[in-house]
Amino acid sequence: MKLKIGVQQGTLALMVLKTLDVLGPLHGYGIARRIEQISGDLLAVNQGTLYPVLLRLEQEGAIASEWGSSENNRRARFYRLTRQGQRRLQVETQGWEQTATIIRRFFSAKTEDLS
Amino acid sequence: MTAARRFLIRLFNSAARRVQDERLREEIAEHIALQTAENVRSGLSPAEARRQALLKFGGLEAMKEDYRAERSLLIIENLMRDLRFAIRMLCKSPGFTAVAVVTLAMAIGANAIVFGVMDALILRPLNVPNAESLYGTEYGVDTGFQSYLNYIDLRDRNHSFDDLAAFSMAFVGFDSGGNSTSASGYAASGNYFDVLGLHPHLGRFFHASDEHGRNSAPYLVLSYSYWHSRFQDDPSVLGRVVRLDKHPFTIIGVAPPDFRGTLVFVSVDFFMPIVNEELVNGEHLLDARGNTRAIFETFGHLKPGVTPAQAVADLRAVGTYLEKTYPTEFGQANYSLAHAGLTSFGRAVRAFMTGLILLTGLILLAACANLGSLFGARAADRSREMALRLALGASRARILRQLLTEAVLISLIGGVVGLLGSVTLLQRMSMWQPFPGAPIHLPINPDARIYAVALILAFVTGFLFGMVPVRQVLKTDPYEIVKSGSLSKIGRRIAVRDLLLGVQITICAVLVTSSMVAVRGLLRSLHGNFGFETRNALLVSTNLAMAGYSGEGLPTMQKRMLDEIASIPGVEKVGLVNNYPPLIYAAGSRVNVFYEGTKELRPSNVAFAPYRYDVSPGYFDAAGTSLLAGRAFSWHDDQDAPAVAVVNRDLAGKMFGSVPNAIGRHFTLQDATRVEVVGVVENGKYLSLTEDQQPAVFLPAFRSPASLSDVVVRSPRDPQQLAASIRSKLRELDAGLPVDVSTWNTMLDVALFASRVATVALGVMGAIGAMLSITGIFGLAAYSVSKRLKEFGIRVALGAQRKEVLKAALARSFRLLACGSAAGLLFGILASRVLAFIVYAATPRDPLVMLSVVLVMSLLGLVATWIPAQRALSVHPAMLLREE
Repeated sequence: MKLKIGVQQGTLALMVLKTLDVLGPLHGYGIARRIEQISGDLLAVNQGTLYPVLLRLEQEGAIASEWGSSENNRRARFYRLTRQGQRRLQVETQGWEQTATIIRRFFSAKTEDLS
Repeated sequence: MTAARRFLIRLFNSAARRVQDERLREEIAEHIALQTAENVRSGLSPAEARRQALLKFGGLEAMKEDYRAERSLLIIENLMRDLRFAIRMLCKSPGFTAVAVVTLAMAIGANAIVFGVMDALILRPLNVPNAESLYGTEYGVDTGFQSYLNYIDLRDRNHSFDDLAAFSMAFVGFDSGGNSTSASGYAASGNYFDVLGLHPHLGRFFHASDEHGRNSAPYLVLSYSYWHSRFQDDPSVLGRVVRLDKHPFTIIGVAPPDFRGTLVFVSVDFFMPIVNEELVNGEHLLDARGNTRAIFETFGHLKPGVTPAQAVADLRAVGTYLEKTYPTEFGQANYSLAHAGLTSFGRAVRAFMTGLILLTGLILLAACANLGSLFGARAADRSREMALRLALGASRARILRQLLTEAVLISLIGGVVGLLGSVTLLQRMSMWQPFPGAPIHLPINPDARIYAVALILAFVTGFLFGMVPVRQVLKTDPYEIVKSGSLSKIGRRIAVRDLLLGVQITICAVLVTSSMVAVRGLLRSLHGNFGFETRNALLVSTNLAMAGYSGEGLPTMQKRMLDEIASIPGVEKVGLVNNYPPLIYAAGSRVNVFYEGTKELRPSNVAFAPYRYDVSPGYFDAAGTSLLAGRAFSWHDDQDAPAVAVVNRDLAGKMFGSVPNAIGRHFTLQDATRVEVVGVVENGKYLSLTEDQQPAVFLPAFRSPASLSDVVVRSPRDPQQLAASIRSKLRELDAGLPVDVSTWNTMLDVALFASRVATVALGVMGAIGAMLSITGIFGLAAYSVSKRLKEFGIRVALGAQRKEVLKAALARSFRLLACGSAAGLLFGILASRVLAFIVYAATPRDPLVMLSVVLVMSLLGLVATWIPAQRALSVHPAMLLREE
């Protein structure tokens, strides 16, 4: 199943923030790999879609980037979470958890609960 | 916050593209490299590993598009790209660009100037608090003049105004210790500043409570600019005593810097209480109800809730009361409201400005039509380019946007150039003092409103002419054009442009006709018969009140002045007229004349109200006014002799039937004096050059002496030398008397001012119109020649003669020119009727005007088609046919 663009961008952005929060500064490929490992097929194809999301997050000030060298000793752009990004991650995580809780409760509800 | 920050970053990125593209490229390369390495480690061959990596990364171009859209604002980026392209295109054809920019600069500049002047004179209210509820009153027909007593009654009896203030002009010799110079100011009612709601910059103003009857308030308020220029901002002037016409006045205050008086086109030096006015004017103006020259204008704020219509009704009621109460002194004159600040000039100024705005609007329209046809031609030239773009997948909207960008860019450049020019011109206008000695001043102040108007005009015109090729682009069939070249449908496409050009030539011909009519009218009015001869004549203007003369002293001194001036070698004739001679400063007061034997000298029984001039013996000779019958005045016609008068031919005819009949007959003046007509002189102009023939009566000057007088000096000598000797003679007579000497012709400039301004304005518009038609015809001719060069080559190769080639090349342009000019001439003649009331003797049914319009338009056609014709004639068939 393919997620709608807006949702996909939103979830992707949140995953990027979480990944950077857990693993520290990473380059684009690194982020893509982590997300692929954890989320399965969301980034199995079209890894490129990650880059517009990174750009947007950077413009919004949630992440920052600088040049560094990658594991095979080439120039790579490393992204890291900013303080503002951290706050945003917290807020959005709470939001997601709330939503998830509500949805879960809703789906687990029996007929008699709704009457 | 976040959104704003992101917007700014994207805005910034829209301008700087390169660097960021580089970063993305590098990131992608690194990503692919890392993925490939990973794939190799998991056992794929290097080539396959790279292929898989690329596959996994996904569509590169689509992603780049997304990235770019995220990074910057696409609209702006496209706009920048369009702009860059437009600039390149414009640089590629500098001739076209220059013509378009100049055309627009002229059209928009002309509009900006007219708007600036209108803004200054009409749109902007007086610079006082709550100016929108401030109204002046008009008394009689088109004038604010009325008597002081009428003003007092109007002030106390109306129910519409919070309070009414009044002022009149005062011209004085201003003596602040030592030297006396002329200064001008307002003699204002005590409540003047309170009605306006102003606060002094320094000291205090005078108030109604300062007025205790005649000559009770010898106080003076200086205008800020006079305080600045004459007293160098010295705050210690307060309390100082200065002399106006030798009478002491105490300076009590300085008006605020931005207040220059209550007439927009006049800036005055001082304000004095009107109760003290007769000290400086030497006349008893305040207690004569019949003297309507005492007040220049009354004005005040309408009470809240009172509409102008109610106020007019209220004022009329007061007028009716006054007419009943003072039947002999109050003329049949209705009150109405006027635009405060312009008074009775409002109507004429407004009519003139409306005319100008219409004309400049026409110019802008003509410029639009002109550029529209040029743009259409260009778009047709570029139809191959358009077709290719369409074929390559550009949307029509995108192409249109690009064309519009080009049009708006041109119009903006033109607008900016025109604006700069007009602002410079407006600034010079505001420094301009048309009449030396008179405090006339145009308060033009180029501000944001003018800039805004010019820019809006630029945008609108850009869109207007940019829309012309739209239909063409929308209908473009790329397949057809790429296949067959751009010539297939040319015949139909030119039709719209032809129409535009026809319209434009028509408009230009209207402008040319109008300016011709105006110029010819001015020439005529300069050489018309005024009823006096202004060549070889000087006017010596003195105000004896400024040197302290009064009563019996006036005629004695004036007689001595006449004798002294007459004794100067080279002076042929001298004569004196009280106040000013006809046409100068619109000086003409009317006097009521009754048939002999009229019982009640009431306004309703007035037979005629001729202009009245008080003249000395010798005046008619000196002025060059010819005597038709009877005699002129002699020195014996003084206060002891029976009252006599000289009338002009018009009055003689109207009152007594014929010129010979009038001699020896009598009429009665308002004060019941029985006057004998002893002479008849030729008709003349009295108040303005455009007036219908008016009756006039001349009375002996020394029967009613006045301090202000002009001596007419007729002499063939060089005016400057003569003026110097007159000045030194009069200084010997009285060193304290300010004297103005100028030629009669210079003084007449004032009377001709309106027609001059109108003529210059129309002349400029005519010139712009001519320029526009040249560029328009040139554009069309050049375009059609270049389109058909190949055809001409074939014609020449087949043996066509020069004449035939020319005919084929230019027949269309000339036909358009002829039709457009004919229509324009017709419209121009209709429009010129409007001009007739500003420009004296402006009649469009003048064969010379018609002829010169036709001549000018054909000349324009010749000039404009010269280069294209040369090009058509110089075709070399062999070369042309080889080219394709």
